[in-house]
Amino acid sequence: METLIIILAGVLVAVATYLILSKHILRIILGTAILSHAVHLLLMTMGGLKRGSTPILAENKVAYTDALPQALILTAIVISFAVTAFILVLAYRLYRKTGSDNLDALRGMDDE
Amino acid sequence: MNNVLVFPMVLPVLTGILLIFLRPYIRLQRWLSMLSVLGTGAMSIILLQRVQASGILTIDIGGWQPPFGILFVGDSFALLLVLTASIVTAVCLLYAFSTIGPAHEQMHVYAFIQFLLAGVNGSFLTGDLFNLFVCFEVMLLASYILASLGGKRKQLRESLKYVIINILSSWIFLVAIAYLYGAVGTLNMAHLSERIAESGQTPLLTTISMLFLIVFSLKAGLVLYFWLPGTYSAPPTAIAALFGALLTKVGVYAMFRVFTLLFYHEPSITHTWIGIMAAITLIGGSIGAISSKDVRVIVSYNVVIAVGFMMVGLAAATSAALEGSIYYLIHDMLVKALLFLLAGTMIALTGKSKFNEMSGLIRNYPLLGWLFFIGMLSLAGIPPFSGFIGKVLIGKGTIEAGTYILLALAFVSSILVLYSLLRVFRNAFWGETVISLEEEKPLKKSWLVPSVLLAIGTIVLGLGVEVLAPYVQDAANVLLQPKLYIDAVFQSK
Repeated sequence: METLIIILAGVLVAVATYLILSKHILRIILGTAILSHAVHLLLMTMGGLKRGSTPILAENKVAYTDALPQALILTAIVISFAVTAFILVLAYRLYRKTGSDNLDALRGMDDE
Repeated sequence: MNNVLVFPMVLPVLTGILLIFLRPYIRLQRWLSMLSVLGTGAMSIILLQRVQASGILTIDIGGWQPPFGILFVGDSFALLLVLTASIVTAVCLLYAFSTIGPAHEQMHVYAFIQFLLAGVNGSFLTGDLFNLFVCFEVMLLASYILASLGGKRKQLRESLKYVIINILSSWIFLVAIAYLYGAVGTLNMAHLSERIAESGQTPLLTTISMLFLIVFSLKAGLVLYFWLPGTYSAPPTAIAALFGALLTKVGVYAMFRVFTLLFYHEPSITHTWIGIMAAITLIGGSIGAISSKDVRVIVSYNVVIAVGFMMVGLAAATSAALEGSIYYLIHDMLVKALLFLLAGTMIALTGKSKFNEMSGLIRNYPLLGWLFFIGMLSLAGIPPFSGFIGKVLIGKGTIEAGTYILLALAFVSSILVLYSLLRVFRNAFWGETVISLEEEKPLKKSWLVPSVLLAIGTIVLGLGVEVLAPYVQDAANVLLQPKLYIDAVFQSK
C-alpha cells in the first residue's frame, strides 16, 4: 500500500514541477497546490499505513492508526491554504496592475 | 518558573492582535509596538542572566513530558539572537515611524512587524522540528505581506517570486520532516539527536540531512540566493532593513542547530558540503556586490557574503570557529540593518538609486557620510568595530581545522566587501558636490537617529567583547556538546 501511495505522490510532484516551470502565473499556483497535496500524502504515508481504527478513543479497540501525522497534515493544510489564498490575490493584483500573466513580461526593467 | 521563556513569542503575537483592532489610532499603535519590542528585549536580557546562573532553560508547554509535548528551549545562542532581533526591530520601527507614511500605517504595517518578530523569536526558541516549520511560516507569511504592502508594480512582481520560492522551500522542509519522522519516529530535537546518535547516522539519515541543508540554504541565501537581491530591493527601507537583518539569519540559525545538534556524526559529508556551498556563496556574492551600481543591490549582495562567511565557521566546526560565527551573526544583524537604512536614506535624499548618479554628498550631509564610513569599516572587520572579533575567531577556527581554501576565500571576500562599499562611498560621498545648498532636501533628525543608534551599537559591540564573551562561550559550548542540550530537555522534574 505504501508503495502505491509513494508512486502517486511522485506523479503529483512530477506534474507540479512541470506546472511550476511554465510561464503563466495561474499554472504556477496550480502547481504549488498540487505540490502541497503530494507532501500531505507523503506525511500520511511516512507515518505508516498499517491497519487500525481511527484515532478516537473508544472501548474494545486494540490498535489505532498513528495520530501524529494527521495532526501535522492538518496544520500543514491550513498553512498552505493561507499561502495559496494570499498568492491568488497577489497574482490578481499583479494582473490588474500590469495586464499580463506571463512571467516573461514581468522581468525587471531599469525604468522603474 | 520558566514560563517567562514564552514571552519573546507571546508578547509580539498579543500586541499584533491588539494592533489590528487599533487601526485608526496610529500614535497608539506606534507606542504599543515600540513598548512590546522593548519588553521583549528586556525579557531576553533577564533570561540570558538566568541561563548564565542556572543553565539552559526549558518549558514543556501544557506540562507534557519532553518527547510527547512541544517545548521551548532557551540556551545562550537562541537568547542572544532574540535580544539582537529585538534591538534591530526597535531601531527599524523608529525609522519606520518617520518614513513609512500613512498609507502603510493605516494598513496594519506595525501589526505585521510584530508577527514577523514573533515568528523569528519562535524559530530561535523552539525545540521541536515541526514547530520550527510553523514558526518559519508565521515569519514568512508576515514577510510576504510586508514585502507586497504598498502595491507598487516592482513590489508586486518581486514578492510574487519571493512567495513562490518560499512555497517551494517550505515544501522541501515538509518532505524532510516526513522522511525524518518515517526514519526515526520523533520530531523533538533533543529526542531526535539521541535517536540519530543511537542509529549512528545511517546513509538514509545523511540524505535527509542534505534535504535540510537545501531547505535552510534557500531560507538563508546560501548558494540559492538568486531570489534575494530582487526581493530585498523592492520594499520600503525600514522593511528591507528588517528583512536584511532578520530573515536570512533565521535560516543560518536553523542550519547551526540542525548540523550541531542532530546531524553531526558524518562531518566528512555534511560539513564538507557546507564548506563547498559557503565557498560558492562567498565567490558569487562578491561578484554580485562588485558588478552592480545600484546601492540597494550592493547591500543585498553583502547579506549573501555574510551568510557565506558564517557558514565557513560552521564548516570548520571548532570551538573558536563557532564562537566567531556567533559574534559575526550578532554583528551582522546590527550592521546590515545600518547599511540598509543608510542606503535607503541616500536614495530618499537624492531620488536616485545608482551610486554613479550621486556625488559629493558628504558636503550636504556630513553625518550620513561618516555613518556610512563606520558601517563600511565595521563590515570589513577593522579593529575598533564589531566585525573584527568574529572574523579573527573564524580565521583561527579554519586554521585549526586545516581548511585553508575557505580561510583564503573568507578573507579575500572581506577585501571585496570593503571594495564594493568603498566604491559607493567614494562615488556618492566624495567628488564634486552636485546638489546646491538651495536644492538640497533637509535631512530630518528622525531619519538619522536610528542609524546613529546602530552605529553606536556596532562600536559598543566591538569594544565590549569582554562583556559578551561569557555568553558567546556558553553558546558555542552548547553547540559543541549536544549532550548538554539533551540533558537540559530531559531533566527529571
